[in-house]
Amino acid sequence: MIVNKRRRPLPLTVLSTTFVLLWVLMAAFPFIWTVWGSFKVEQDFFSRDSWWFAIEGSRTIAQTGSAFTGDGYYGAWVLRDFFSSVVNTVIVTLSVVVVSLTFGTLGGYALARSGYRYTFWLLMLALVFRAMPHITLVSGYLLPFFEMNIWGHLPTAIIVLVAINQPFTLWMLHSFFLSIPKDLDESAMVDGCSRFQAFRLVVIPVMWPGVITTGLFSFLLAYNDFAVTAMLLSQPNQTMVPKIASFLGTIQQEGNVMFAVAAVVSATAPLFVLVMFFQRQIVSGLTAGAVKG
Amino acid sequence: MPHRAFFAFIMPSLLAMLLFIALPIVSVAVQSLYVEHERVVTEVETCAPFAGCTTETRVDAEATEKLRDAEPLGRFNGFGTYLDRNHLATAEMNAILTDNAGFADVASRIYNLPFYRALAFTLTYTFVVTPLAMLLGFCIALGVNAIPPFYKGPVIFFSLLPMIVTPLVGALIIYWMSSPQGILGATLQSLLNDSTLSLKSSAVLTWVTLLVYGVWHNAPFSFVVFYAGLQTVPHDTLESAMIDGANRWERIRFVVIPHLMPLATFVALVQLMDNFRVFEPIVGFSAEANATSLSWSIFNDLRGQVDQLFGSAAATSMLTIVGVVILLSPVLVRTWREFNRR
Repeated sequence: MIVNKRRRPLPLTVLSTTFVLLWVLMAAFPFIWTVWGSFKVEQDFFSRDSWWFAIEGSRTIAQTGSAFTGDGYYGAWVLRDFFSSVVNTVIVTLSVVVVSLTFGTLGGYALARSGYRYTFWLLMLALVFRAMPHITLVSGYLLPFFEMNIWGHLPTAIIVLVAINQPFTLWMLHSFFLSIPKDLDESAMVDGCSRFQAFRLVVIPVMWPGVITTGLFSFLLAYNDFAVTAMLLSQPNQTMVPKIASFLGTIQQEGNVMFAVAAVVSATAPLFVLVMFFQRQIVSGLTAGAVKG
Repeated sequence: MPHRAFFAFIMPSLLAMLLFIALPIVSVAVQSLYVEHERVVTEVETCAPFAGCTTETRVDAEATEKLRDAEPLGRFNGFGTYLDRNHLATAEMNAILTDNAGFADVASRIYNLPFYRALAFTLTYTFVVTPLAMLLGFCIALGVNAIPPFYKGPVIFFSLLPMIVTPLVGALIIYWMSSPQGILGATLQSLLNDSTLSLKSSAVLTWVTLLVYGVWHNAPFSFVVFYAGLQTVPHDTLESAMIDGANRWERIRFVVIPHLMPLATFVALVQLMDNFRVFEPIVGFSAEANATSLSWSIFNDLRGQVDQLFGSAAATSMLTIVGVVILLSPVLVRTWREFNRR
């Protein structure tokens, strides 16, 4: 490719660079714009006259005395109790990550080390399960959960999300375990470890990169989920995403759209930080399934 | 690994999947055969002096409640729910096909049936967004591959955002920007010189907005996978192609693309599965008046606060699952063949 680059004609370089710049603008601008706008009043961010008001913030200055206001955040976090849904989200996502990694490493290890035919069928089954739309599963849960009286609680949503997450976790960890030589755990077992000890004390320590990458994706699934958390959690147990959805219905009439904008920005911020710190792991995780599988 | 150890290790994971994925599918299948109880109606005779006696029918709330508690599933309906107007609508379809005024008439009348309406959008979304997003992702990957290494990190960071962001949140952000009071909507209005233009007002514009959102949301995944694939394109093959006189385009067409083909199959599979369950964008864009999807119909049936239509939701779910299986079948058949050959 180095040879390639040296000979690249100028028009092509200009064209491809412009294209990349355009894409970066497309990808980043909506977020930058919304973060900026969340510190304005509604008449500026949703201006009927010109979007230039959102940049100058003239109505914001007129109403609050400064060009930036935290009213939207105050309204969402304090008045509308967004805070409690943040707490719920933290509980749900952390539990989902921990439990699904525990289940997933055990299962993925077994699938990677067993040479029998049924591992193939289990992986195929997992692929079919992975394709099931979440909302179809939810329609299967609701009635039984009502009958068993376990609807609406956080643990219910957690175990459901863990289960929905398993097919993907299994596939990913399975491919990571395959990249670790069998000799490692076999020599540990020769030295007198049981199968579980070999797994726990020898394989897992060298698996951390894979576990972290898979954990990131479990986190994203739990954090981004809407179908399950919206249908299975009661009002006080709601996590952030269904909370934002419930804002939409009530807020539009009251003219408090800025509460929702502030909540949306609050929910996106952790993802920004996540991508910033774990960009490499996310990229390697996305490609792991494709390149190895 | 012996069978015993294998099952000990995989048990928690397998149990979770069986209990919360396989069993719910069975539960959906059972529920779809039942339908909610009708309200228990009693006839009450009221006699007023000089007016004579009148009988009126009233809903017996208490008895209805009791019946619903005793049999929460509802009454058995067989395949009735599948065939009713809100699902496959066999009777309506028959009427449309036997008596119609040409193709346009058939299409528009079928489109008015809720299930086919949802199916139309779901399929359009799946089969328009997937290839377009892959194409865009491939172009971005080629572009990013050519920029100086120093800028690659930040570019990849921003490129990941549309994919990583919560689908509902991403949809809301774009929806707010494209509303007539938002920056995109207002700019479009002034560009096209039409102050009444609103992306929500017409079905076509709503569809286009949702499709554009879908491409925006899905392109980064293809980009990342293809970009990783580009790093592994063999130099020797590229160089020999150059010696053979292949120009830039021919090298991409005959060396790079064949090399990326296995990756493209993988991306297409994942994206088809994900796009078929399109749901959050419709909620985020409040697009249900102009575009519904299968997932959204199920959600809508379940959301009703007073009457949750479990039977109806379950029937749509079963039809959706059939759709997923049809979508996956080429892959499954191919893997099965390859597996047997081994």
